[in-house]
Amino acid sequence: MSDTSHDPKQGPVPSRRAFLRGAAATGAGLAAGGAAAQNAPDPLITQVQDWASGTGDGVDATPYGMPIEFESDVIRRNVEWLTADTISSINFTPIHALDGTITPQGCAFERHHSGAIELRKEDYRLMIHGLVDTPLVFTYADLERFPRVNKTFFLECAANTGMEWAGAQLNGAQFTHGMIHNMEYSGVSLRTLLDEAGLTSAGDFKDKWIYVEGADASSNGRSIPLEKALDDVMIAFKANGEALRKEHGYPVRLVVPGWEGNLWVKWLRRIEVTAQAIESREETSKYTDTLEDGTARKWTWVMDAKSVVTSPSPQAPITHGKGPLVVTGLAWSGRGAITGVDVTIDGGKTWQKARLAAAGQPMALTRFYLDIDWDGSEMFVQSRCHDDTGYVQPTKNQLRDVRGLNSVYHNNCIQTWWVKETGEAENVEVS
Amino acid sequence: MSKYLKVALISAACVTGGAAPSFAADLGLGRAALPAEIAAWDKDVSPDGTGLPVGSGSVEDGEMIFSETCASCHGEFAEGVDNWPKLAGGMDTLDHEDPTKTVGSYWPYLSTTFDYVRRSMPFGAAQTISDDDVYAMVAYILYSNDLVEEDFVLSQDNFLEVEMPNADGFIIDDRPQTEYSQFTSDTACYDNCKDSVEITMRAAVLDVTPEETSSPAPALAPAAVVETAPQEPAVEVAPLEPVDIVASFDADLAAKGEKVFKKCKACHQVGEDAKNKTGPILNGVIGAPIAHVDGFKYSKDFLAAKEQGRMWDEALLAEFLAKPKAVFKRTKMSFAGLKKDSEIASVIEYLKSVSQ
Repeated sequence: MSDTSHDPKQGPVPSRRAFLRGAAATGAGLAAGGAAAQNAPDPLITQVQDWASGTGDGVDATPYGMPIEFESDVIRRNVEWLTADTISSINFTPIHALDGTITPQGCAFERHHSGAIELRKEDYRLMIHGLVDTPLVFTYADLERFPRVNKTFFLECAANTGMEWAGAQLNGAQFTHGMIHNMEYSGVSLRTLLDEAGLTSAGDFKDKWIYVEGADASSNGRSIPLEKALDDVMIAFKANGEALRKEHGYPVRLVVPGWEGNLWVKWLRRIEVTAQAIESREETSKYTDTLEDGTARKWTWVMDAKSVVTSPSPQAPITHGKGPLVVTGLAWSGRGAITGVDVTIDGGKTWQKARLAAAGQPMALTRFYLDIDWDGSEMFVQSRCHDDTGYVQPTKNQLRDVRGLNSVYHNNCIQTWWVKETGEAENVEVS
Repeated sequence: MSKYLKVALISAACVTGGAAPSFAADLGLGRAALPAEIAAWDKDVSPDGTGLPVGSGSVEDGEMIFSETCASCHGEFAEGVDNWPKLAGGMDTLDHEDPTKTVGSYWPYLSTTFDYVRRSMPFGAAQTISDDDVYAMVAYILYSNDLVEEDFVLSQDNFLEVEMPNADGFIIDDRPQTEYSQFTSDTACYDNCKDSVEITMRAAVLDVTPEETSSPAPALAPAAVVETAPQEPAVEVAPLEPVDIVASFDADLAAKGEKVFKKCKACHQVGEDAKNKTGPILNGVIGAPIAHVDGFKYSKDFLAAKEQGRMWDEALLAEFLAKPKAVFKRTKMSFAGLKKDSEIASVIEYLKSVSQ
């Protein structure tokens, strides 16, 4: 994609305004860097502040709390030109501003095909039918009486990073990698429910499927091999300890560990055991991957290993100048656990092993850190992860060599942030 | 006690995992699904025709229904309006840069079209179309792709005879063979991996990242975040009083308009429980200031008109409904316009009746 019109010295930088405001406010910190000497006493210390003198809110001020107002920029964002309309659209998790691995529900990305519906628990019904011994209908209250499980998984949209296939496009980790969240789900193993309906009628499980459908107007439906359904698929009604949010499928959604988000049907109302894949719109015209010769891959369900540096990044520039710098990011694999993450600051000439905040868990986000002493010179920051199948995250060009340029989904390539001497960062591709 | 033993057994079955034949767990939860209930929800149609209802529909009927129901988003000829999906054309483009994927050029099975139209379309009024009409709409989509003649009638009997051009265009996920074998950890380089690193492309040059009304604050400078970023729209407008221009009202005309309004319903709601959807609520729109609905994100053209203090009077609305983009070039409304003056007049009359 080398192109002389993309002169690195030209072009507006969307994050510049935000960056400058932040830099100006921190003032001396940027110029001096490191442990700057304080000449005059800091009034925040020497003067009695309002909050240290008066009182704060009482216990009932916020029966259900929102983040403090100073965090009002840590929100989901939409890229308006991507879709015709916000009702059938997607927004992005602010991963550049989060830490740890659990995504708060309130800022976890949303994707709807006919809008987020309001479905009361009392009005909720789940039907299991098809090649089962007894077709059954469950109420929400029924579901709560089955033996329960708690498991943490990432959900990534197959289109995450899809806008970057042709070249660096969106300037921010939120936009390039924000179609992902990671939650602890409470619910019932799908196997338990299928057993309740009985599967002796299904015969050999190997060539059987389930078809899952939501209650919203899009009737989003997908076919999933019965063997996967019986392996680790869940019916979830709680996430991160509380009820699912409306936008994530309240009161019940499907959890399909390691597989693309479109399969995680929200407002789940129907599970049909079938002898064939239904080949619905979402598994033929969408979520298929067109290769260079025009043929397309289908049933590309698994999300391959992927990682991204969330800070520094275009929306999270370095504002403190040279010296100690925390480089951090996320890694995940739909095929197992992350075993390691490598980070480069020179565009891939040399790589060092990052520190995992905790050992990788299968099909869940892993947080990594690399603590460096930044010398203030420009960096080309990338991360590269490994999973327990022995797979290593590829470069964008490696993927293009196999798939061509017309692919959209399943872009798990290595991402580059160009961090400039000023601390600003930009989404770029490098040779 | 026995209840707990059963639970223990089920837990044991879960941890064994794998594809071992399962047995009825029999917690006795849930109830048998009634045939009528299964029939109501089980609408999916498979490539081999399983699930197709009895019925038929012609290209001719389909064209009328399509024009009424689908064309506002998909275009009169299924060519797609704005960012809404194109349903026709794009033949032989799949190996081009930016292929055009339509029902004709890409979709491998006709069952998918029937299934999707019947269960999920039209947008905003799903599952309101009769089976015969779905056959007709699918027939018209085939016709718009030059796959059938204009006198074609699609039914459950000839459904499987229709040949889809891209039926053989798909392969099952081959990443294990084509990718996993070469992207392996033992190939990862750590030192002296390349001689030089040059920038080959920059996102800032494209400049398509959304601008923030409140810019993201730097993540690593908490001390700097002392100002609270206002989220209000930049333009402050004094509330305008609706002008009473609803002088006359023709109830019969309004009743006709209610029928025409079906075209609008995919995007606009009216009445007591109306909410903003793809388009704003239209309660009381006649005589109201332009862009008066709270919480709807209007186009820049609408906001400019609001700032000028312009109102939705009958004349302006009639002009807008005839050809929306001729009045407000950048309107978000993808609807092409009502063709007949009588339809325009009746819809305006109907909208008067939902004035508050």
